[in-house]
Amino acid sequence: MGAPVTVSGLNIVAHTRGGDQPIVKDLNFSIAPGEVLALIGESGSGKTTTALALMGYARNGCRIAGGSIRIGDVDVLSLSPAETRALRGRRVAYIAQSAAASFNPSRSIMDQVVEPALIHALMPREQAEAKAVALFRELALPNPETIGSRYPHQVSGGQLQRLMAAMALISDPDLVILDEPTTALDVTTQIEVLRAFRRVVRERRATAVYVSHDLAVVAQMADHILVLRDGAMREIGSTEQIIEAPENDYTQSLLAAAQPKAREAGQASASAESRPLLQVSGLSAGYGPRDRSGQPATLILQDIDVKLYRGQAIGVIGESGSGKTTLARAVAGLIAPAKGSIVFDGRELGSTLKDRPKEDLRRIQIVFQMADTALNPSQTVERILARPLQFYRGLQGAALQARIQQLLDLVQLPAALAQRLPGGLSGGQKQRVNLARALAAEPDLILCDEVTSALDTVVGAAVLDLMAQLRRELGVSYLFISHDLHTVRSVCDEIVVMQQGRKLAQVARADFERGPHHPYYELLARSVPELRRGWLDDVPAAVAA
Amino acid sequence: MNDSTLTLPPKPPKPRPVRPAVNAVALLSGAVLLFWLIAALIGPSLMSQGGASMGEDAVFAPISAAHWFGTDFLGRDVLARVVQGTRYTVGVALTATLLASGSGTLLALLAAASGRWLDAVLSRAVDTLTSVPGKMFALIMVAAFGSRLPTLILTAAIIYLPGAYRIARSLAVNIDAMDYVTVARTRGEGRLYIMLHEILPNIIGPMLADLGLRFVYVVLLLASLSFLGLGVQPPAADWGSLVRENIGALPLGSAAIIMPALAIASLTIAVNLLIDNLPGSARGGH
Repeated sequence: MGAPVTVSGLNIVAHTRGGDQPIVKDLNFSIAPGEVLALIGESGSGKTTTALALMGYARNGCRIAGGSIRIGDVDVLSLSPAETRALRGRRVAYIAQSAAASFNPSRSIMDQVVEPALIHALMPREQAEAKAVALFRELALPNPETIGSRYPHQVSGGQLQRLMAAMALISDPDLVILDEPTTALDVTTQIEVLRAFRRVVRERRATAVYVSHDLAVVAQMADHILVLRDGAMREIGSTEQIIEAPENDYTQSLLAAAQPKAREAGQASASAESRPLLQVSGLSAGYGPRDRSGQPATLILQDIDVKLYRGQAIGVIGESGSGKTTLARAVAGLIAPAKGSIVFDGRELGSTLKDRPKEDLRRIQIVFQMADTALNPSQTVERILARPLQFYRGLQGAALQARIQQLLDLVQLPAALAQRLPGGLSGGQKQRVNLARALAAEPDLILCDEVTSALDTVVGAAVLDLMAQLRRELGVSYLFISHDLHTVRSVCDEIVVMQQGRKLAQVARADFERGPHHPYYELLARSVPELRRGWLDDVPAAVAA
Repeated sequence: MNDSTLTLPPKPPKPRPVRPAVNAVALLSGAVLLFWLIAALIGPSLMSQGGASMGEDAVFAPISAAHWFGTDFLGRDVLARVVQGTRYTVGVALTATLLASGSGTLLALLAAASGRWLDAVLSRAVDTLTSVPGKMFALIMVAAFGSRLPTLILTAAIIYLPGAYRIARSLAVNIDAMDYVTVARTRGEGRLYIMLHEILPNIIGPMLADLGLRFVYVVLLLASLSFLGLGVQPPAADWGSLVRENIGALPLGSAAIIMPALAIASLTIAVNLLIDNLPGSARGGH
């Protein structure tokens, strides 16, 4: 049974050279017992910081500067360190985003799940284990009796996330904090996990705080929604009110970004040109040493056929492990195909980078998911963009500068950014630089590997708009890899569905809404959370199974 | 990086400390280092009395106006001896360290940016070097080639190369797995560009910190070789040999043994503080 939570005047500051910077400003809210409050906002909005503060915890370099937090009859901020320790894991439990990073790989799951109960001496071990098994069953985990004896690497990501929920709930906490618990999961897995979470939260009438950037997910879980931006509250209200009649303009822009919208296709000239720009036929590829017949030890891709015409955007969709990234790497020449051929503009491409002339390399560019790792942190934006221009075209001096300005302009970045290092850019800006670097080579084909997955909804939507615009203006083609059907549907002319290294189906834009399609495509389509209450209840049981 | 994105509320007109490009610790340690470098370059010519003159003064004399650092076991001026030793200690140690760290880092970059085969060959070769005990190797080298300066420099460089290689390789392999290196490869960049432009700038901070540490080791190795009488040969002396020569002064607490020891300490500490506080290095810059 949950306890009421009241937060008033909460202020959290971060220490910087210039003094304290406020990161959470004067936050007031309360949660009735047994209710779920969602904290929603983009990265840097202070949502996780607020959630952590409910445990009396501030991250390194941050400090809770003022306000009060009451959970039931406890004033969290006035507790001594020992009392805070007694509170955490006992009365307030935390479920983190990455369960894989939160479990100790060298101890069995049961050891870790019963740990909170043992640390706080709530019950003897046998009783705790019995309770854990009951929780496993409640969370719809397979083999609840024996799953506890496995190690974290022996269960799937979705299962691990639910096991972490069991760990959090074993001490019957008054307040459960869920910090983006499903963000790292595939859509079909996400449904199972969301269902399990909602059931245990409802049945135990736990008070919960659900931190997320995904409005559609939040709509399924929360009773109330609090919209945060730059550490300040923009709006708070019941879930229905926020979704249907948002008052704040920022909430409205969040909702707008969450709605799928089709972006103009541009000159998809499949009919005008008979020769495809890229033709992948019978492609198989994999990793590991090759046997005598040239087959690699682990075959990731099998017998893939894809045809892409100039100016077209093709989406490749599938869950993690489906081989979609490997397909992009094979086209880019990073992994040699074991069988089949990749024909680019009428000529067969060399199987590895070494076999490809510079011109072929220039015409195919790759844009990676994590802009953080895709930009060299020690090079300024100017140098990052200058290199492909010098390398492929030999530009120098004023011509080089002019082209860099032009590229920044093209991706809608201010020219002043040129002198900054990637560390001084926001996530969306980095992704734009990332895109600009690919454009600098003036490619015919850009391979986009999950380019918006690491971005907030609003920022991601803006990047997608930009990509659609570039396609219209420059006529580049995209091979767009994503696990998010919404994203793919909104930018692509055709969708290739992949599962376990095989191509299952190909769906053209005109048929997106018309079925019937391959059952797996239907499953993926149904699994994308919709921005309405009750969606989770409507999803057929077959999907969740 | 938040400075530019967050707007600060207007502050009362209070003199805000201007953030220097290099902080005070770095300046101080830089000054100490510069002092020793100058001493190594022009010190001996500035000394009025050579370290060789002896006889008229007392052995192990205390600090006085005539002998700022006192006198040594032969009555020579310790200040002159320390200044003369600077050239050996700073010169030999610095050259050896730069050689060890430089070649270690280069080999590591080559190993990381190349295929598995070259990486394996280089790594095993360096492992072989690691398996030879350092002091033993130094003794063998000195026994075989005599204690000439090039031998000493090369010996110290070889002994400390594997450590630098190991650290640089583990850093470089991580950087090599980054997407921006992959992007550079798909662009068609050569191995040298990837080594020097993509990987090196991102490992240089930790490698400089390692260089400082390694410098200390080399100074200590040379000092201990000299202490054993196998390093720089008399009448020339580095700081290590000065400590050994004057070991007899230890019970007397004479300046003759304290001063060279202090010189070693000041140099090694200054190098480390300077590198740690360089802007942009692992700790100082952020």
